[in-house]
Amino acid sequence: MITQKIDERVNWLDDRLGVQKWARKSLNKIFPDHWSFMIGEIALYSFAILILTGIFLTFFYSPSTAQVIYHGPYKPLDGQKMSAAYESSVALSFTVRAGLLMRQMHHWAADVFIGAIVVHMCRIFFTGAFRRPRELNWMIGVMMLFLSIANGFLGYSLPDDLVSGTGIRIAFSIVLSIPVVGSYLAFFLFDGNYPGTQIIPRFFILHVLLLPAAIAALIGAHLAIMWHQKHTQFRGNGATERNVVGSVLWPTYAFKTLGFFFLTTAVLALLAGFFQINPIWQYGPYVPYHVSYAVQPDWYMGWLDGALRIMPAWEITAFHHMVPNVFFPAVLFPGLTFMLFYFWPFIEDHFTKESVTDHNLLDLPRDNPVRTAIGWGVLTFYFLLFAASATDVIANTFSISLNLVLWSFRFMVVIVPPIAGWIAYRVAKEMQTWQDAGSRKRATIIVRSADGAYLTEEAEPRPGDRAHLLPPAEVPEESLAPAVAAHVGGAGPETVSPGQVGVTGAALGGAGRPASGGGVKRAKRDHRPSGLGGMLDSLRPRRPRD
Amino acid sequence: MTGSDGTGGTPSAGGTAGGSDIRPVATVDPHLEPSVRHQHRMEMIVAGSFAAAFVGTVGLAVVYWYGGQDQWEGAFLGLVMAGLGVGLTAWGKYLLPQGPFVQERETLSSPSAERVAYSASFERGVGEMRRRSFLGKLLGAVLGAFGVVALFPFIRSLGPQPKLALFTTSWRKGSRVVQADGTPVHYNDLEVGGYMTVFPSHDANSAISQTLLVRPSSSPFTTKPGRETWTPKGYVAYSKVCTHAGCPVSLYEEQTQQLLCPCHQSLFNILDGAMPVFGPAPRPLAQLPLYIDKKGYLRAQAGYDEPIGPGFWERGA
Repeated sequence: MITQKIDERVNWLDDRLGVQKWARKSLNKIFPDHWSFMIGEIALYSFAILILTGIFLTFFYSPSTAQVIYHGPYKPLDGQKMSAAYESSVALSFTVRAGLLMRQMHHWAADVFIGAIVVHMCRIFFTGAFRRPRELNWMIGVMMLFLSIANGFLGYSLPDDLVSGTGIRIAFSIVLSIPVVGSYLAFFLFDGNYPGTQIIPRFFILHVLLLPAAIAALIGAHLAIMWHQKHTQFRGNGATERNVVGSVLWPTYAFKTLGFFFLTTAVLALLAGFFQINPIWQYGPYVPYHVSYAVQPDWYMGWLDGALRIMPAWEITAFHHMVPNVFFPAVLFPGLTFMLFYFWPFIEDHFTKESVTDHNLLDLPRDNPVRTAIGWGVLTFYFLLFAASATDVIANTFSISLNLVLWSFRFMVVIVPPIAGWIAYRVAKEMQTWQDAGSRKRATIIVRSADGAYLTEEAEPRPGDRAHLLPPAEVPEESLAPAVAAHVGGAGPETVSPGQVGVTGAALGGAGRPASGGGVKRAKRDHRPSGLGGMLDSLRPRRPRD
Repeated sequence: MTGSDGTGGTPSAGGTAGGSDIRPVATVDPHLEPSVRHQHRMEMIVAGSFAAAFVGTVGLAVVYWYGGQDQWEGAFLGLVMAGLGVGLTAWGKYLLPQGPFVQERETLSSPSAERVAYSASFERGVGEMRRRSFLGKLLGAVLGAFGVVALFPFIRSLGPQPKLALFTTSWRKGSRVVQADGTPVHYNDLEVGGYMTVFPSHDANSAISQTLLVRPSSSPFTTKPGRETWTPKGYVAYSKVCTHAGCPVSLYEEQTQQLLCPCHQSLFNILDGAMPVFGPAPRPLAQLPLYIDKKGYLRAQAGYDEPIGPGFWERGA
């Protein structure tokens, strides 16, 4: 019997590690259902795809600035001098089987990864999920955002094409701008003055080893803390500060989230197949005295590029020293940004004093208009900076003067965010007065009776909504002991399968604790013929009955 | 399956408890019901999704076998993943127990007795450190000192000190002006309104010494007082490294006599010593003093008289 074998192996493991107590609790863990809780999963699954595709890329990419002459299948580059890094990136795209797919999937996954992190962070922020006891996870999340943006920059710099090479040049200038130690840091990082020959290999090892390891460790901590603290949840349907209401991990949530992993991967695969990203062969190899026009970095660097562009031409010189212009938009400003994000839970708590108790119930954005207003103001500010990274494109597209575009942005970043925040505040206040704002409505069916009267009745709830109409049942694991008693006392012989007998024996003889997984499998042989029905049945004895 | 209190050894409960006498559908707990009425139809959808994923797998194999093609690979990989994803999600969402279930949260904080006991346990070591505080401080000092020393290879070994590297370029007195391929530049080489990127002959292609040579006029002109001799025959040369973030200032607008840096849109006025007229660049581009030698080739009178490119702490004014 397969079930019996699995049980024996689980028991073997349990004898050595005691896994079953933890595993059973985990299988019965409750996950609140809300679409917005999936956004973090998009980030997690994109990271998994980044690792998988990234491993593939490392087999072919050569992190070297050694100069070579290209003689590959892409004729426009034939005979050109380029770095081995660029040549191997082009070869990855044109000669390695499935190489272009993997490269584009990697790049798309990076963009989706950071996008999902940002949206996830917005969700956490606007619902107040960062409040006690989850301040630590918020801070870990901010660290991951920072590391992900940094690693994204390192990653798209590796092909050593004309666009990314210019980005590295700007990075050198940014490091150089740091007061007191900047020139030393820049020289140590680049092994001398720009451009040197070491930056590509160094970026490579940072990109494929150090930062991914750091991000992976932080993801581990993030998930472990989340697992330990349990999820937050929205109000309604019996949810309180002291409980968790939702689907059970095994099998419902596990199936859904595994499906979601595949769906995320599907989107990335289709993007990689059909939407070109970073066509480095069109940009050409990096030459320090060439540059291309209308070049924007990847989206997550846009706010920094925009800040660099609209910064007034100020520079501080005093006492024979200089604080260069780029220091303010590219070092000080992002530094303050991440400090603000990092310490936000404590900043907010300083004013609200909410940290005296745990907050497991989420706010809706309208419940806390001030926080919502601040969030919208901040988002608007960074979005305007992001848009400002396209000043040249905007000026060209709409045939307006670059001067006007630049000055507009300089004023807008100051004026528009407070207005956006104020509007958000008013909308939130207004929504507080709406009944059932945001809840899903059920259709009303109008029925005409035989004698011509019209009656209305509520339509069937949508399949996914039906669960929300039921009062939540107790967690299966708590009803475990009574269910077992009922089974031992009253079960007919047909419910005891050979596999079960075997497990019982093993449990009594050795493990002292039978496998919960076995219960699920065995249920298949019950009176319900379908495998799916059996799965349902497996949960049945655990609920409170008598 | 035992409770968390660890009453091990109880036989596991597999099938329905008392299933033999409580069979009617009416007693089925709706929490354990799938959320769709027509389960069979949903099973068909799930099966169809998995079948589509299998078709995608075969397609992927075929495409790969015949050498690979990006769009087809993406399409088939997407089909495999979408088939699996739709199938599993539908299975989980529509065919498995929808709940809702409820679970109590455990208190995260340790009971106060636990906290007191922890303090007492921790005190064992702290007390020792307090008693022999001299040893503790010595240990701390050694570890701290070693920590600093251990950092050296990770910082200092990485590269040379900047020293004066940021203050100079490879332009010297008499340096011959050459193009990227090493061709010397004759004063007849550029039409009025033309421009090219040039280097000192001993350091062609240098990222630091790259210089933009422009000929905005046919006769000498002056960009700044004191630079009267720097622009022979209407030639003017500026460092190509932007004073903002170091990008190559590559675009020359002949009509306005301005240079544009395409990275962050700083504009420099060629006729006015490359003063920034727009954008974030805080300083003019450094100007290279030129002269024309006896054979008519362009040369540098001297190197740049100021550090080129973006600012740095030691630069001063």
